[in-house]
Amino acid sequence: MLCECGLREATIHEVTITNGVRVERHLCEQCAQKLGLPLHQQAPVSEILAKFVSKQGAQSVVGPRKPTAAQCPQCGLTFAAFKGTELLGCPTCYEAFEVPLSPLLERTHEGGTHHVGKVPKRALEASRLRGPEAMEKLLGGLAERQARIGSLRKQMEDAVKGEQYERAAQIRDEIRRVSSIAPSEPRAEREPPPENPEPGGPNPHSQEPPRS
Amino acid sequence: MNDPAGLPGPNSPIDYHAPTAWLLGTGEDADVVMSSRARLARNIAGFPFVNSASRDDRRHALAVSRQRIMDARLTKKLAWIELHETNHAVRTLLVERHLISRQHAKGKLNRTTGGVDEPRAVAVGTPDEALSIMVNEEDHLRIQLIGSGLCLNDLLRRIDDVDDRIEAGIDYAFSPRFGYLTACPTNVGTGIRFGVMLHLPALKLTGDIEKVKRAAGGMSLAVRGFYGEGSDASADLYQISNQTTLGKSEAAILRELTGEVLPAVIGYERSARQKLLEHRSEVIEDKVHRAIGVLTHARLLSTEEAMDHLSMIRLGIVAGLMPELEQQPINHLLLMVQPGHLQMLCGRVLSQGERRIERAKLVRERLAGVAGS
Repeated sequence: MLCECGLREATIHEVTITNGVRVERHLCEQCAQKLGLPLHQQAPVSEILAKFVSKQGAQSVVGPRKPTAAQCPQCGLTFAAFKGTELLGCPTCYEAFEVPLSPLLERTHEGGTHHVGKVPKRALEASRLRGPEAMEKLLGGLAERQARIGSLRKQMEDAVKGEQYERAAQIRDEIRRVSSIAPSEPRAEREPPPENPEPGGPNPHSQEPPRS
Repeated sequence: MNDPAGLPGPNSPIDYHAPTAWLLGTGEDADVVMSSRARLARNIAGFPFVNSASRDDRRHALAVSRQRIMDARLTKKLAWIELHETNHAVRTLLVERHLISRQHAKGKLNRTTGGVDEPRAVAVGTPDEALSIMVNEEDHLRIQLIGSGLCLNDLLRRIDDVDDRIEAGIDYAFSPRFGYLTACPTNVGTGIRFGVMLHLPALKLTGDIEKVKRAAGGMSLAVRGFYGEGSDASADLYQISNQTTLGKSEAAILRELTGEVLPAVIGYERSARQKLLEHRSEVIEDKVHRAIGVLTHARLLSTEEAMDHLSMIRLGIVAGLMPELEQQPINHLLLMVQPGHLQMLCGRVLSQGERRIERAKLVRERLAGVAGS
């Protein structure tokens, strides 16, 4: 696609929704710069927040600044006991130890901090019927979704730095897919819109078949 | 179901004499890829994880899982085996057939606690044994699908369906941020692990296998032996699997494995075989025929020795050096020479010394007719 100037390929795609009116702009880097649009992906607030939280987490292991649960309120497991067995005691442990667990998860999962992928099918269908609140409980709110995208962007940047371009392209596709999950409120989207917008959740049932 | 020696009797729900789905030697890239596997880790909402649950909770989770798995119509026939009611011989057979983990056989809850009488089970789709579900292993459910050759895309579709059918009747422990919640944070997120078992004898002979291990390590993939973590790569069989489960979709995890790593490793093995055949064919032929020689004449055989020679014969078959032999019976022998299967075939418990005698006898009998070729 050509830029509005008609001279160069458009590489920046902006979709703005104001009072329900959708405006799409496709620009080359030069034109985008003239219009004062940032060239690089703007780091979403949630990404900055995620970084902040994991820093807090790193500190809290040494000497907690923010009080973290010493014990899981559900099963009574302590974080020290978890470090001994490397096994958590119950699903609530993930919430109780979210702060100290975050840096550990990031290291274990190559920078992955948020789930991207399948969502329990029946739970998804049931919450669709129950309305936005139930959906949010299952899929997380806007901040959750943006954090998910932020986590993917970081992985993409790392892949580019490591010159793993094929991998970076795959993560870009993943970002497009995750971005296409129906937002609950209007927001500017800097990713090019996917060719086949998929309503619903990050659900493999609506996902393209894997290439091999 | 058991005779006094503890061996499975004629009413056993599993035919331990038959080859399993992953030994067929069929499917895509079967010259290098022995089998593919996908597994999902799932926990039931409202229950503590297995390691911290009380015995009563574990019994309850087992009963809920049993009901759900039996109602979910997952396969035409499904065998349900309560492992705390089986004996060592049966559990060994299940481990050797890759239907349960060693940890599940022992009933270990973590490194220090647990034991063989812990309430736990395995559901096995019969007769092909492609589907197996461990209940109360590290997670409440460990769903596994296994197939011959490279078939990961197909396995993902099928395991997704099995997962949906089970979830249709129970709530899984799931969070928007962390995805499917698992006892060990290394499995959280998708809870999915893909693995392939590769036969890499040529890379082993050329010494390039270390390069593969290093490359896989750099991509956070694990390379392990025939019987998983901590086991040796007997018979030149190596398992490669993904390590990360959080922050990538199931399809993306699969693409990383099938799009980049696997074709490269398969290509290396094939070109190593080609080079050996072109430049050092007498070395390969010598190894293959020596293997036949040993296996058709030996009077004592250890498991490792039998497996290593069977690996060479398998290489000879796929390289076209042994047109009179087929892959599947050789693959089947890889399973039958294991201690548990050997005892089952003999119908009695054998000492280590007796096993070496009986193993040599079994292999001689099964390879009869090939001798002197």
